[in-house]
Order: sequence, then structure tokens, then C-alpha cells
Amino acid sequence: MITLLRKQRYFIDYTLGTMMRHKGKSLGLLSVYTMIIFMLASVMLFSHAMRSEAVALLADSPEIVVQRIQAGRSVMVPADYLQRIGKLRGVTEKRGRLWGYYYDPAVKANYTVMASEQDQLTINDIVIGEGIGRTRGLSVGDYLTLRSHEGKAFSFRVSRLLESESELISSDLLLMNPQGYRQLFGIDESLYTDLVLSVRNPREIQKIAEKLTRLLPDSRPILRSEILRTYESLFSWRQGVMLILLLGSVLAFVIFAWDKASGLSAEERKEIGILKAVGWETGEVMRMKFWEGVIISLMAFLIGYLAAYLHVFYTSAGLFEPVLKGWSVLYPSFQLTPSVDGLQLATLFFFTVLPYTLATIVPVWRTSITDPDLVMR
Amino acid sequence: MLIELTDVRKAFNQGKPNEFWAIQGITTQFEVNRISCLKGASGSGKTTLMSMIGCLSRPTSGRIRLQDRTISSLPERFLTQVRRHTFGFIFQRFNLIPGLSVVENIMLPAYPLGLKASSLRSRAERLLEQFLLVDKASNPVEWLSGGEAQRVAICRALINDPQILIADEPTANLDSRLSREFMVLLDQLSKAGKTVLISSHDPVVFDSPVVDRVVELEDGLMVSGEG
Ligand SMILES: Nc1ncnc2c1ncn2[C@@H]1O[C@H](COP(=O)(O)OP(=O)(O)OP(=O)(O)O)[C@@H](O)[C@H]1O
Ligand SMILES: [Mg+2]
Repeated sequence: MITLLRKQRYFIDYTLGTMMRHKGKSLGLLSVYTMIIFMLASVMLFSHAMRSEAVALLADSPEIVVQRIQAGRSVMVPADYLQRIGKLRGVTEKRGRLWGYYYDPAVKANYTVMASEQDQLTINDIVIGEGIGRTRGLSVGDYLTLRSHEGKAFSFRVSRLLESESELISSDLLLMNPQGYRQLFGIDESLYTDLVLSVRNPREIQKIAEKLTRLLPDSRPILRSEILRTYESLFSWRQGVMLILLLGSVLAFVIFAWDKASGLSAEERKEIGILKAVGWETGEVMRMKFWEGVIISLMAFLIGYLAAYLHVFYTSAGLFEPVLKGWSVLYPSFQLTPSVDGLQLATLFFFTVLPYTLATIVPVWRTSITDPDLVMR
Repeated sequence: MLIELTDVRKAFNQGKPNEFWAIQGITTQFEVNRISCLKGASGSGKTTLMSMIGCLSRPTSGRIRLQDRTISSLPERFLTQVRRHTFGFIFQRFNLIPGLSVVENIMLPAYPLGLKASSLRSRAERLLEQFLLVDKASNPVEWLSGGEAQRVAICRALINDPQILIADEPTANLDSRLSREFMVLLDQLSKAGKTVLISSHDPVVFDSPVVDRVVELEDGLMVSGEG
């Protein structure tokens, strides 16, 4: 037993020595590998975080949103629709909402503006998301000036900064008094952007939606479950897996090609031949090279994953910015909430470390089962 | 340990247009405790034959027996055991591993034995002393002169205390004084009970009084030295 352990120690010592001897090759391989892990892990962490954000976003959204459709476009909903809906069984609450977007030329970004009754804001107060606070350099007590629909400037006092578990929701949000909202955008007292209904029993939602379309033929009820499904399919796990499979095979190919191109050098082949000739078993030679692969891929995996984590959660996936242009128009800047999915981590591990280790061990195996006499010549 | 060869043949690239029979049927025996020398022109098949005896390659046909075991048909796993415990091989081009130090090269064959670090070191140190390499022990092997590299190769062949020592043109890089000293060393090893098989086209070796028997090869065939 002790002999066996000592043997392993000698092999690992030898492996480390070999890697030090081929420092250039080891470092080159390590950096290529780390880069690939970094890219893959960034994509995975990002999509996972976006998905969690979407779920968080929808967790406290109403079960049913009612829009009004006129000539195929959604338009403001008259307040008396609330009366026309009347009392529906299962609906615990119904109210009109006021919300929209405000384009801020100063930062070239859209804010989401909502009227809030809960916050008891005065007509001059405004609550801003942390993202807006950051980009505009505003804190509580400062003033934010917005231009009304008529071009008049309104100044609002920042009464609070919004914090939320999910920055994606709150980062670009402005909350104001309903009266203030109507003034700013010039919206009549009798109109709402849409209506929301809360339903306690999820099994009744479908029924209620059907009743709504009968009661208000020009309305379109949007169910939370439908939105959730849309988000889900956008960032779905299956797509994630597809992505990983695709990238995983690309990765395996890249590394394999790279390894093929650099191959087993004449020197390495000769070394294997010598080790065999002086009495090392095929298995021992392979274990030595196996350790080499494991050490390199584990190091690459750890460094790459850690770098990706920092990249996604501390620099807001800065490298992906060009790809995310669509988002950044809507969201001036946001930081994702750190979250790691164990299954994703495991998948990444198995699609990178495993193929690499196999790809490196095969040529070693082929060399070490060849007669040492042939290999050494 | 008696080495017995029966109609041993070796082809390279068999079945291809460049098929080449390097050994074309050799039947002989090498006695225990003797120093036997293979002599012959370059390309006559000395290295090829010694590789087959030392289990570094297999004959294409024929049989090689070691004492009462047919090693030419052993599976790879057992061949390794034979290589590790029975043979010490000094290669024609030394085949030291560059980048490793002298002492690391010497200890290489002993790693799979899993010896205690202290006994591994003391084995190596005894050899370093015997071959006057103590002050070179931690130098990388690329720095060594031909004669020093030669001695490192000998130390490496001896570290597992093999019964049979195979030396392929060991004196090619030595001057005649060192060559004669090497022959004295072989004599000591043989007296200590080792069987020695050596190849050379250096008269200092095959005309040496310590050599018990000279076998001459030509184009893969034995032309003299029967029995
Ligand atoms: N892998 C190989 N493929 C093809 N031919 C080979 C191979 N290895 C050896 N040969 C040929 O076999 C013949 C015998 O080679 P070997 O190395 O045994 O000769 P040698 O007697 O040791 O010569 P030297 O004194 O130059 O070392 C040579 O003609 C050589 O070219
Ligand atoms: Mg030769």
C-alpha cells in the first residue's frame, strides 16, 4: 500500500518536472484552454443569470394583464373597463396601471416610468433605480429634470433609490406619483396603460381570461404563465444545453486540432520510448501523462471559471456588450445578481475536461504500446 | 540466466514495398555469467538483435527463451516485468532524458518499484560514487561530456541490479583508455555474476581478453562464433 503511494508520488513528481521542462508548451496550452473555458463559462453564467432575473421579475407580476387592442395595436384602456369587468369570481384585486418609457438624451437610454400609488409620492417626488442613479450621478435629495410631452421641463426630487434582488428590473426604473405621470406624458384621467388582475387560484386563470374576452371583446388578456414560457424558451435550459453541446464539440475539436498540430513531439515520443525501455509499464507512462492532462485542465477550468464569474457579475459581462446592444438600449447599465447553477457547472466540466483528457491520452497510448525499440530510433 | 535463440527473424515494414529483413534466422545461445560480444559492420543487425533479446521489440518469427521462459511470446505486461527486473540496457545513443539531472536519469527505472526515498537515493549515490559522478549529480545531462553521459547510462542500467546487462556499442564515445577501463568494469560485473551482452566494432572491445565469445553478424545472419 505504502509502496503504491510512493510510486504515485514519484510519478506525480516526474509529471510536474516534465511540465516545468516544457514550460512554453504547458503555458501555451494552459492559456488557450483557459480562454475557451472563460468564454464558455461566461456564456453559461450570463444566460443562467438572465434566466434567474426573468423568473424574479415575473414572481411579483400580476397573474393577468389586460390590454386594449384597437386596429391590431395596443392602446390606452379606458378606466371604466374596470367597472365593466365587474366582479369576477376568483379575482382578488383589479386596478389600472400607468407605465411607459422615457428616452433620456443625456445618456441615450430608455427609462421605464411607472406611476406608483403605494409609495405615497408627492407630485414632485421621484424614486429612481440604482442604474439611473449610477449613470446620472444622482442620490437622494438631488433633482432629476424630465421634459414633458409639451417640452416643458419638470424637476423631480429623488426621494429614494430603488433596491431590488434583480437589478434588471429596478435598474432603469422611475417611480412617480400618478398625477405627475399624467402631467408629464399628457394622459387623460380616464385612461390607463393597462389593467392588472390578481387571481388567487392559478387553475381559474384560464377561465377568467375567457370570460374577459367575452366581456370586453377588444381586450387582450396576457397571462403570467405565457410570459414566463416566453422567457423560459428564450433562456431555456434546453437551449443552454444545445449551446454547450455545440460549443463543447467545437472546443473538443479546437483542442484536438491544436494538440494534433503540435502533436507528440519527437522528444516526447522518445521520452515515452525510453521510459518503456527502462521498465515503466504502459499504464505507468499513461498515468504520468494523464496527470499532466488533469493538472492542466483543472487549472484551466478553475482559472477560466473564476475569470468568467468576475466578468459576468462584476463587469456586467463587458465583453458581451456588442452582442447585448439590444439590452443596453433598454437598460442603461445593470449588474447581474451572482448565481451559479451546479448542473451547468458539471456540464461544462464534463464537456471540457473529459474530452481534453481523452484527446491527450490517445496519442500517448498509441506511442506507449509501440515497441520501445521503434519509438526510440 | 541462459539466453536461447531459435531461428529468430525480424522484418521491418512487413508487407509493405519497403519490407526489410534485418535479422534473417539466428539460432544460438548466450551462456550465463559470460561476456559475449556481437561484432559486425554498421547495419548488420546488432542493435535489432539486442533489442529483441532485451524485450524492446519482438521477433517477427522464431523464439527467444530466457532460462525456461519463452519471452518472445509473452504479453506486454510480462515483458515490462522482464525489462524491469532482468535487463539493464545501455543504448547506442545513451537515450538520457534531457532536462532531467544526472541523478534523476539514473533513478528513472526505479520509480515504478516504489522504494523508500532514502533507499532509492542511497542506491543512486553508491553508483554515482562508483562511476565518479558525485559532483555532477544535479547537473542536467545535456552538460555532460560523451564519456560522462556514457557512465550515467551505465548507472541507469545498473540501478535495478539486473542479471543481464546489454550494452550497445558502449565505447563509441570513449577514448581507448576509457574503453579499456570499461572492459575492466564489465569483467568485474561478470565476476559478480552478471551475464553481459555487448555489441561493438571496436577492436578494444572484441579483442579484449575479458570477452569470452565473439559472434559475428553480417546482413542479419551469424557468420562466425558458433557455440
Ligand atoms: N524501424 C526500421 N525500419 C526499417 N529499417 C530499419 C528499422 N530499424 C532498423 N532498420 C534497418 O535494419 C538494419 C539493421 O539495423 P541495426 O540498427 O540493427 O544495425 P546495427 O548493426 O546496430 O548498425 P550500427 O552498427 O550502425 O548501429 C539496418 O539496415 C537498418 O537500416
Ligand atoms: Mg546499432
